[in-house]
Amino acid sequence: MVDIRSGAGETIPLAEVEDVELYHPKSWWTKYVFSQDAKIIAIQYSTTAIAIGMVALVLSWLMRLQLGFPGYFDFIDADHYYQFITMHGMIMVIYLLTALFLGGFGNYLIPLMVGARDMVFPYANMLSYWIYLLAVLVLVAGFFVPGGPTGAGWTLYPPQSILSGTPGGKDWGILLMLSSLILFIIGFTMGGLNYVVTVLQGRARGMTLMRMPLTIWGIFTATIMALLAFPALFVAAVMMLFDRLLGTSFFMPAIVEMGEQLKQGGGSPILFQHLFWFFGHPEVYIVALPAFGIVSDLISTHARKNIFGYRMMVWAIVIIAALSFIVWAHHMYVSGMNPQFGFFFATTTLIIAVPTAIKVYNWVLTLWRGDIHLSLPMLFALAFIVTFVNGGLTGLFLGNVVVDVPLSDTMFVVAHFHMVMGVAPILVIFGAIYHWYPKVTGRMLNEAMGQIHFWVTFLGAYAIFFPMHYLGLLGIPRRYHDLGDATFVPDSAHTLNAFISVMALTVGAAQLLFLFNLVWSIWKGRDAGGNPWRATTLEWQTPQTPPAHGNWGKELPVVYRWAYDYSVPGAAEDFIPQNHPGLGVPTRETGS
Amino acid sequence: MAVVLILVILAVGSVVFHLFSPWWWTPIASNWNYIDNTIIITFWITGFVFVAVVLFVAYCVFRFRHRPGNRAAYEPENKKLEVWLASVTSIGVAAMLTPGLFVWHQFVTVPPGTTEVEVVGQQWLWSFRLPGANAKLGTSEIRAIGDGNALGVNPNDPNGLDDLIIEGGELHLPLGKPVKMLLRSVDVLHDFYVPEFRAKMDMVPGMVTYFWFTPTRTGTFEILCAELCGTGHPQMRGTVVVDEEADYQAWLEQQQTFTQLLAASEDQTKIASSTSSSK
Repeated sequence: MVDIRSGAGETIPLAEVEDVELYHPKSWWTKYVFSQDAKIIAIQYSTTAIAIGMVALVLSWLMRLQLGFPGYFDFIDADHYYQFITMHGMIMVIYLLTALFLGGFGNYLIPLMVGARDMVFPYANMLSYWIYLLAVLVLVAGFFVPGGPTGAGWTLYPPQSILSGTPGGKDWGILLMLSSLILFIIGFTMGGLNYVVTVLQGRARGMTLMRMPLTIWGIFTATIMALLAFPALFVAAVMMLFDRLLGTSFFMPAIVEMGEQLKQGGGSPILFQHLFWFFGHPEVYIVALPAFGIVSDLISTHARKNIFGYRMMVWAIVIIAALSFIVWAHHMYVSGMNPQFGFFFATTTLIIAVPTAIKVYNWVLTLWRGDIHLSLPMLFALAFIVTFVNGGLTGLFLGNVVVDVPLSDTMFVVAHFHMVMGVAPILVIFGAIYHWYPKVTGRMLNEAMGQIHFWVTFLGAYAIFFPMHYLGLLGIPRRYHDLGDATFVPDSAHTLNAFISVMALTVGAAQLLFLFNLVWSIWKGRDAGGNPWRATTLEWQTPQTPPAHGNWGKELPVVYRWAYDYSVPGAAEDFIPQNHPGLGVPTRETGS
Repeated sequence: MAVVLILVILAVGSVVFHLFSPWWWTPIASNWNYIDNTIIITFWITGFVFVAVVLFVAYCVFRFRHRPGNRAAYEPENKKLEVWLASVTSIGVAAMLTPGLFVWHQFVTVPPGTTEVEVVGQQWLWSFRLPGANAKLGTSEIRAIGDGNALGVNPNDPNGLDDLIIEGGELHLPLGKPVKMLLRSVDVLHDFYVPEFRAKMDMVPGMVTYFWFTPTRTGTFEILCAELCGTGHPQMRGTVVVDEEADYQAWLEQQQTFTQLLAASEDQTKIASSTSSSK
């Protein structure tokens, strides 16, 4: 059996490739604005994603005001409500979560954690951000054009998304949405190729694939998935643009719109759904895998214990990624596709539960016999486990085809996906920010504000989404701007809706405190030093904090061990950095 | 310590909420109590796992929280434990999937002797078509939609002439007889959803989808649209009434056939053209 711990006896190969020549910025503009430094690009991606995320947060407040207190807010009519849910969904999934995990954390952490000076294609990396920014601006433009943004739901199902019964269907809204998605995918592809090639080609000497931190495994695998999945959304967006602008009929069967026969005919609305979910399901894991990876490292570092079952964790990531491409039609059990598909897709979907469960076991087994420091990153990691297990288990309801029939398109679905791909990954994002902020700025985030932020966010979010499942079980459909008089809905359900709305406003307000903390701590935060968490991975071993352009000073690091040498018996400290020969047994080849 | 306490309260509280919550499914009115049973099995298995994991985390935090002088154990792998856990998980998953697929097979297999009823969705209205005296529905065609033919019944198909057509009214169904709902849309996606029947299915323009069920109690039930279909989506409501056989027959006799509707529409056109020519 291979010893995964220290690679005993393994020699470090000589450097075969010369150190890269980096582009050195010549002015303030090329240093901080049109920067080719992955760390600056990461901060640009993150701030843009958080800024647009704040828009999505405000939209969620508005829709919760309507759902909790229908009739009180005249300015939220049906059109506006549908525009809010559509923009909220699309922003959160694509422009916040995908951009922040891959563009933000990917850019910052990949070069640092694998021991590279920068991404391998810095210029394309810079372009990636600017195209992403353009995509965000085009998206936001929807709020200012006649007719407003599209209100087709974030799934944009045709034919309604391009017809007059839907806000923005015959105006600018849907055009801007589709154009923005196309731009996003172009920008992402430039960044994504960078992340993959940097992991494959840019690693420091000694950093074998099976020594990489799980954060990198998560981001790397998610990026490959995104490069394979986004093209399906790209073609779907182009085809829908053609249907809307040129009168083609990719997704348009013969229909009568408000009493008028349309000229189009012969297309298939279900074809769009297949394309959308061929992207859309992998997208769930594009968001989840980086979260899985990051949370593994948070738990290991703050429990001072190696991650349990590292190789199983890596394989689980890879298997989940592969399986996630053959489960997409579980979003379409009641779409009218051939019902025989249900057998296949229910089986593949429930099989995914096995590698996912293994990951959960390994997280909690990492806590077992650990030395658990209840720092903010650890608290967020624990909250992630609770919400992810909850959201993952309700996935077993919806994935099991026949159980999905009564539950699909109800609030149960809304509660499920918010818990599993909204709350859980965002808790990891928070944990990760509390964890890496000291590296990015050199200062710690304020602990007291962090504690308030944590408890309000975790318990509040759970109080929002856990009871919401039961509204769905009762039969309340999603995407209802006003429930009206429904005989099967008891009055108590309206009380619950009001409670959920109050919690949503509260949790949203806590995020403002978090933003304040982010800004305040840049100047007022406690000095962090280079490695405040006493962590093993390479980004904590840089000569400067924050790391300078080129990351490593004169010499690239050499890696001697895996990322998880915490509390090694016999070692003086309870952690041994990856670039330490360690325990007095040097394995570095001194050939140079 | 607060962390431990809150995690325990969260796990126990979730179970208590589940047991005592007033929000539960509506009393069933169809044969699909198999679906309800599968949900119950799933609740038991997932509920057990949830509570076990959260309590285990709480115990770890309690037992292994940092105290001065503590040091974590060093245990990279434990193959036996990992294989054991993976096997138990696989068994649990199979215990949910097997009954699920079994019931799905019933759900998609329409028993012989089932009556057909057509539901047609449009923005934002439900219409229905029942077979007439010949017990057969005629074919339909979107391009045939016009005056007096809002559902696009093929006027050249003799099977369709005696079909009963209910535009925007109530649908009645006889108690205890299996019925196959043929679902069609003339414009965008809709979804025929009656919470008490447990079944639902999208209605897709350009194709006919279906599901089947047997009504098991009389009563009046609300039809909702469960697939976003534009601004009027929440207002797209209808009513389905499950009747005893005699009441059902009485209702059936009051409905108009396709031929009658066509004739009425032609009369109206004649009146309209004669009034306009007399001006």
